Amino acid sequence: MAGWSVHEGRAVALPRRDVDTDQIIPARFMSASRADGYGQYLFADLREGDDGFPLDRHRGASVLIAGANFGCGSSREAAVYALVDAGIRAVIAPSFADIFAGNAVNNGLLPAALPDAEALMDELGANAAEARIDLETATLTIAGQSHEFRLPDVWRHKLTNGWDDIDLTRAHLDEIAAFRDARHANAPWVWAEQDDEQATAG
Amino acid sequence: MSRTLLDKLWDAHEVRRDPDGTSLLWVDRHLVHEGSHHAFAKLAERGLDVAEPGLTFGVADHYAPTRRRDRIEDPAIAKMLERLETNTSRHGIRLFGLNDPRQGIVHVLGPEQGLTLPGLSINCGDSHTSTHGAFGALAFGIGATEVAHVLATQTVRAQKPKSMRILVKGALGAGVSAKDIALHWIAELGTSGATGHAVEYAGDAIEALSMEGRMTLCNLSIEGGARFGMVAPDDTTLAYVKGRPFAPKGAAWDRAVAAWRALPSDPDATFDKEVTIDAARIAPTVTWGTTPEQAAPITGTVPDPDALPGGKAEAARSALDYMGLTAGQPLQDVAIDQVFLGSCTNARIEDLRAAATILRGRRARVPGVVSPGSMLVRAAAEAEGLDRVFTEAGLEWVGAGCSMCVGMNGDIVAPGKRCASSTNRNFRGRQGKGARTHLMSPVMVAAAAVTGRLTDARELMEAKA
Repeated sequence: MAGWSVHEGRAVALPRRDVDTDQIIPARFMSASRADGYGQYLFADLREGDDGFPLDRHRGASVLIAGANFGCGSSREAAVYALVDAGIRAVIAPSFADIFAGNAVNNGLLPAALPDAEALMDELGANAAEARIDLETATLTIAGQSHEFRLPDVWRHKLTNGWDDIDLTRAHLDEIAAFRDARHANAPWVWAEQDDEQATAG
Repeated sequence: MSRTLLDKLWDAHEVRRDPDGTSLLWVDRHLVHEGSHHAFAKLAERGLDVAEPGLTFGVADHYAPTRRRDRIEDPAIAKMLERLETNTSRHGIRLFGLNDPRQGIVHVLGPEQGLTLPGLSINCGDSHTSTHGAFGALAFGIGATEVAHVLATQTVRAQKPKSMRILVKGALGAGVSAKDIALHWIAELGTSGATGHAVEYAGDAIEALSMEGRMTLCNLSIEGGARFGMVAPDDTTLAYVKGRPFAPKGAAWDRAVAAWRALPSDPDATFDKEVTIDAARIAPTVTWGTTPEQAAPITGTVPDPDALPGGKAEAARSALDYMGLTAGQPLQDVAIDQVFLGSCTNARIEDLRAAATILRGRRARVPGVVSPGSMLVRAAAEAEGLDRVFTEAGLEWVGAGCSMCVGMNGDIVAPGKRCASSTNRNFRGRQGKGARTHLMSPVMVAAAAVTGRLTDARELMEAKA
């Protein structure tokens, strides 16, 4: 995955709080293969019958400004795939659900926590505006105004370097092996096999 | 220094910590399901093997048909199940597949088989993995990239969450259950009330809960934003675990118990956030909106959005529009079209027994589906005659799986239809496009089935007494 440090694109507002993962991508689309692209499923049910849906009104927008607790609900990474495959590079909201935010960063999508996001969302209304995001300074510039968002160092590093966690972790295989041996000695029951095929319910 | 249960579990699994604060945690149990196919594909792209197939377990649940398993008509569903079989067999992972008599929802099956034990770290690509915290385990849901990471390294990268304790003091009233504790605290604190935190539930009302009740409560932690929910292990925990197929036996059991006894938070441990709830104040609770925080006591009314603060007003207006409800309407006047009793939240044997106490000798006025959490729960229920209680009431008794909680297997609620449901999410379209979901406990689902409207189950319990 390629890293990035500055993004310029059009921002639109999705004036909703608690945008959950079932709205971002309804479950019925999740058996699709990623190779076919998930962008077409983004907000499928919210968009249907809504001619004024922000991402349809402003095609090509790449920054989404939304209400608090964006991405709450399931751990489905497909929600992030749908956003990324639809061309979204950053979501700006006052807060994010923990699992969603982690999934986003793992796919190069910035979850930018900005306390004023809802005010920004209201100002933008149904319009689009040019936005610039700088990860190094953690700033969003929109309509001539700069806003500093919260960006933990670990996320900044991952987004800018495009790091893959498996590669990072595999540099520590010796430590993992030593930990495993100690775990096996101290808590052997972790590896315990069932002693028979008996079945118990309860 | 005194430590919390979270501290002890975290320390026991931390392989290393990076300067930026990221911990690399060892994973004792990795549970995979049909949805894990993205992660297996990532592994294949890199030509990597599964690091610890013996600590990895596969379960067919999200797409599991609840009827006619011998002939799956939807090719997309058949493909999802086949991919799970292929991926687990290729990597030597034990699979509780569709035709295994132990098959069930991963968060029901794990504890039932003794795969879930106190003191373990448990990960699964499912947000309701918090369920397993009920045993005093470090259990949290992860995304597909993280699932691939666990498969490849048997570790997960995570930032240690802040600690939060929810103390529930006193005794729950009759007809009030763990589901109501959860809906109550989420309504009070909001769906992001515990974001960034690991919740430990404590207090005499929690100690009095069965393991099934504790699992329901920990399961719903994520609906309040907490990726982790946990309860310290005690005698109730040990009694549940002992003798389970994968639980330690003999001398290993004694050694494990000694370790588990040291897990509870130290008496003087402090938490980053603490909330106290009076159990006696919790009523049977139902949701009226499209997030789990939009909930109220069944004795109440649909709230007036104008009376709600700030951003909650617009969210409530939008939710009432979707739900087809009017502000001020008594909740007990809301007519329903169907019921669903199932899911990783409330489909264990105790849940079925509770619902049956209401339904025994009564008829349901609306159609409904009862999907036990596992095929072993199903067998146990049938041995007690619970299946006949449900079918004689007019409800359909089907197989185990995630079923109508998420609708991936084709069990859905039709557009515009209103379902009283023992599940975990009332999101728009969760149970099917346009479906209207009201979350509630198993006894409340049973009561709604009997009257055809949202109902205070306590009234039906009294009528029987």
